[in-house]
Amino acid sequence: MTAGPLETIVALASGRPPVAVAVVRISGPRAFAILTALTARTLPPPRQLHLRRLRDPASGEALDDALVVRFAAPASATGDDSVELHLHGGVAVVEGVIDAVIGLGARLAEAGEFTRRAFDNGKLDLDRVEGLADLIDAGTAAQRSQALALAGGALGQVTEALRSRVLTLLANAEAALDFAEDEADVALNLAQGQGAVCRALAVEIEALLQDAKRGARVRDGLVIALVGLPNVGKSSLANALSRRDASIVTPLAGTTRDLIEVALDLGGVAAVLVDTAGLRESDDPVEQEGVRRARARAASADLVIHIADGPVTTPLGWLVINKIDVGVAVPDGAVGVSALTGAGVPELRARLETWAAGVVRPGEPALVSRSRHREALIAAMAGLTDAGASDDPVLRAEGLRAAATALGRITGRIGVEDVLGEIFGRFCVGK
Amino acid sequence: MERYSAAFASANSSTWNIGAGWGKPVDMESFDVIVVGAGHAGCEAAAVAARIGARTALVTLDIGDAGTLSCNPAIGGIGKGHLVREVDALGGLMGRVADQARLQARLLNRSKGPAVHGPRAQVDRRRYRRAMADALAGQERLTIIHAAVESLLVSGERVYGVVAQGRRLEARAVVLTTGTFLGGVMHSGDQREPGGRRGAPAANALARALREAGLPIARLKTGTPPRLDGRTIDWAAVEWQAGDADDPQLGSGGTSALPPIPCGITRTTAATHAVIRANLDRSALYGGHISSIGPRYCPSIEDKIVRFGDREGHQIFLEPEGYDDATIYPNGLSTSLPVEVQAEFVATIPGLEQARITQPGYAIEYDHVDPRALTPDLAVTALPGLFLAGQINGTTGYEEAAAQGLMAGWNAANLALQRAPAVLDRATAYIGVMIDDLVTQGVSEPYRMFTSRAEYRLRLRADNADIRLTPIGIAAGLIAADQAARFEAMRAQRARTSTLLHELRASPATLAAAGIEARQDGVVRSAYEWLRFPAVTVDVARGLWPQLAAEPAEIVESLAVDARYASYVDRQADDVAHMRRDEALQIADTLAFGTVAGLSAEMAERLTAARPATLGAAARIPGVTPAALAALLPHIRRAA
Repeated sequence: MTAGPLETIVALASGRPPVAVAVVRISGPRAFAILTALTARTLPPPRQLHLRRLRDPASGEALDDALVVRFAAPASATGDDSVELHLHGGVAVVEGVIDAVIGLGARLAEAGEFTRRAFDNGKLDLDRVEGLADLIDAGTAAQRSQALALAGGALGQVTEALRSRVLTLLANAEAALDFAEDEADVALNLAQGQGAVCRALAVEIEALLQDAKRGARVRDGLVIALVGLPNVGKSSLANALSRRDASIVTPLAGTTRDLIEVALDLGGVAAVLVDTAGLRESDDPVEQEGVRRARARAASADLVIHIADGPVTTPLGWLVINKIDVGVAVPDGAVGVSALTGAGVPELRARLETWAAGVVRPGEPALVSRSRHREALIAAMAGLTDAGASDDPVLRAEGLRAAATALGRITGRIGVEDVLGEIFGRFCVGK
Repeated sequence: MERYSAAFASANSSTWNIGAGWGKPVDMESFDVIVVGAGHAGCEAAAVAARIGARTALVTLDIGDAGTLSCNPAIGGIGKGHLVREVDALGGLMGRVADQARLQARLLNRSKGPAVHGPRAQVDRRRYRRAMADALAGQERLTIIHAAVESLLVSGERVYGVVAQGRRLEARAVVLTTGTFLGGVMHSGDQREPGGRRGAPAANALARALREAGLPIARLKTGTPPRLDGRTIDWAAVEWQAGDADDPQLGSGGTSALPPIPCGITRTTAATHAVIRANLDRSALYGGHISSIGPRYCPSIEDKIVRFGDREGHQIFLEPEGYDDATIYPNGLSTSLPVEVQAEFVATIPGLEQARITQPGYAIEYDHVDPRALTPDLAVTALPGLFLAGQINGTTGYEEAAAQGLMAGWNAANLALQRAPAVLDRATAYIGVMIDDLVTQGVSEPYRMFTSRAEYRLRLRADNADIRLTPIGIAAGLIAADQAARFEAMRAQRARTSTLLHELRASPATLAAAGIEARQDGVVRSAYEWLRFPAVTVDVARGLWPQLAAEPAEIVESLAVDARYASYVDRQADDVAHMRRDEALQIADTLAFGTVAGLSAEMAERLTAARPATLGAAARIPGVTPAALAALLPHIRRAA
């Protein structure tokens, strides 16, 4: 029996971020095409590490500077064309890269799938497979506990509601197909109007996906706003934290007229430090606009760092006192730094890393499963869109079945017995 | 061959060869294949085994009862019609026998997508039995033996024959198709009597023998309605339902020349429901006399009232049982209520006020074997040489039985003739879906085919059953010469029509000029491609390309369906490839799951119960985890 074309699969091959280096592995017929698309360059020779800038071709957004290597079939671990991407091991970086790879036509690997491919291609001897089950079992146990945690949360409730609505739609569709006409008390018009319901559900999932995306701090980075009066050293501190000269630092008050965003890696968690214009009233319309934006950004930031070089009555967030090198006093609870000498900056960084880890909780295995959920929701949306677009009840059922299968990856399988159970529970079926 | 010789040495009594004239003694007592039971499974099993070349015996109480329709007088339907067409495509009997005996035929789901069109025929019971007996009588190498089978001949772990009323009949393979006869008990109210069908004895000795052999046995139940005397029905008070004008066929032979006759339709009333409610405690089902599980999709009238009593009425189909038979089968009135209650509620139904019950309805409980004890070729894993088909495997329905009978008979012959087992996969046939479901999932209620069970439904249509399966049948020697010739002629014609559909072309402007809505993208497409668009029906295509009128209508229709589903079928190709890769990875049937490193006790238990033959089958067992599958990897081997 001839096997058809394989799908291309992707997964994080190293430990969970944050780690120093994360390895993402891609295997299957599209692996090299995906590498070409990510790097926008010709392929490197096989089995050699090359430094490449990775971009998401969909958005043009830079993802990471990575070491990439490819292995041509059959000389690879799986026996298929394979690519390894050695990334900076931040949560946002890894997730962004995996998303981009999925966008280029791969799908997330199932538990044990790389090994299974290797086995299929005769790359593994049987002894080496023996130990695999335990590994996967550990993985699935973690997934189970996570699925349980998820089920208790908001996403769990939403997906559970989705599952039951798709099941109802599928049962309606299948009842109309399997028990049509004279075989049951199934109304002939049962399937009518269901196309619109499918489309509406697809739109709901789309909204959910967009919400999930907006909420995905992990992907976009945590936002930290630096606020304070002019010339207290906001830009200098931003530079000290990021160790590069992104802001123009001059002794003149009001130099930073626009927002300057600086990317920070806080122990593997991506963050964006927003260096705002000094909060002072000004006649300069450009500076006024900068101030307005600074206030807006501070309002939506995950954290506000209020910088001062003297006493502050009402701090807008964390209070950081600059210029300790010239003897400015640091009140209780505030952090004292010198942007100029670098004194206190490591302590501030450490505090920020602790805070970031608390917000994102990178130790929890949400990373891949989130991609998995998003992928499942996208597939469910596609199935429902198909179902909504077809007048043929069989094709509609086909789309619904695809949607049910996809949702099943989050909420548990919707098997034919579930559908039949729903049908027999609701309709008087049978002569 | 040596191991069979002892078994074959003891032939000494006589049998009757139907081909040589009924009742004429023939001096032969050992066979390649013995089939026990001449219901829908048994008839197909015996016929196919003999057709392949196995010397076959069909052991039945009365060959006059071969192919008896114990329940409703109809063959086919949604999902079931697919099975019948597949049986026919593999050279089986059911479709052509039904066509010869048909009273009327309809294509169900005509308004739905073509993948779920299901042909069904109302049939004349007596003509059906006669046509089936004729088909068996004309079969070379097939011997009919009238006897009740009491036990199996087992040597070591191997089955080598049966004992029938004291006679030893030996064979290399035995197919059991016991239907509801295995430990059968019929219930009407609190009355119970042993039996396999009204007027037929149960097979209790054989039931005991199977239990003693250690097969996992459970009980199921089903029911049947009272039969009515059509001459006492007020036909003016009921609606009529005629067959379809185009008289769709179930098989590839000819159809009856007799004119079609209609069915009647009436409904239960509030008064019917009141009578049933008042007597519920007297029902065998609700009075606690039956505890086994019946099919949810074929509920008794008691079930319908209890669960859906708020409905205004439940449809009852009045199905004639034959051209020269006044009996009417009131489909929808299956019941286990006492006889006098049946009479009382029947009289509350419009048109049936004066109807006379000629045979009361009853529920029947029977033994079945947990089909997870079977391999995918329907052989009993623990007893080589023994095959099971039909209701004994926990299914319901004539069509399900016939399809299993065909596969079991084919595989029994394969074993006897030392050929490889035949298994159809889930992407090839509904037959494959059903058998895979049975042997991997087991049953919790009588199993019936539904199109929703077939995940590759778009590929598996009633209209392409021959394209899918007849080549397989020809290669295996299942197909008679005339059917093979018809098929080859059809396939050649189909290829010509397909070429024509790909050659005829039109631009969107041409379609627009003909008043057909089409995307005006300027792309010139072939007729085949245009048929993908819902606006381009076969009739529209014939208008655009008059040459198509000369092509056979059913071939054009079938190709149009191919065109319509092509993109979906292509999209499924990955799934099918994935499934087939996993099906090629075989698990040795000797593997002790309890000894596999890395398998939890729970997984080992699930796998042991189902005994999956392949990694793919293991993956379909409910609750089996990826980790368990990985643990199995060291124990699999690739199919040759």
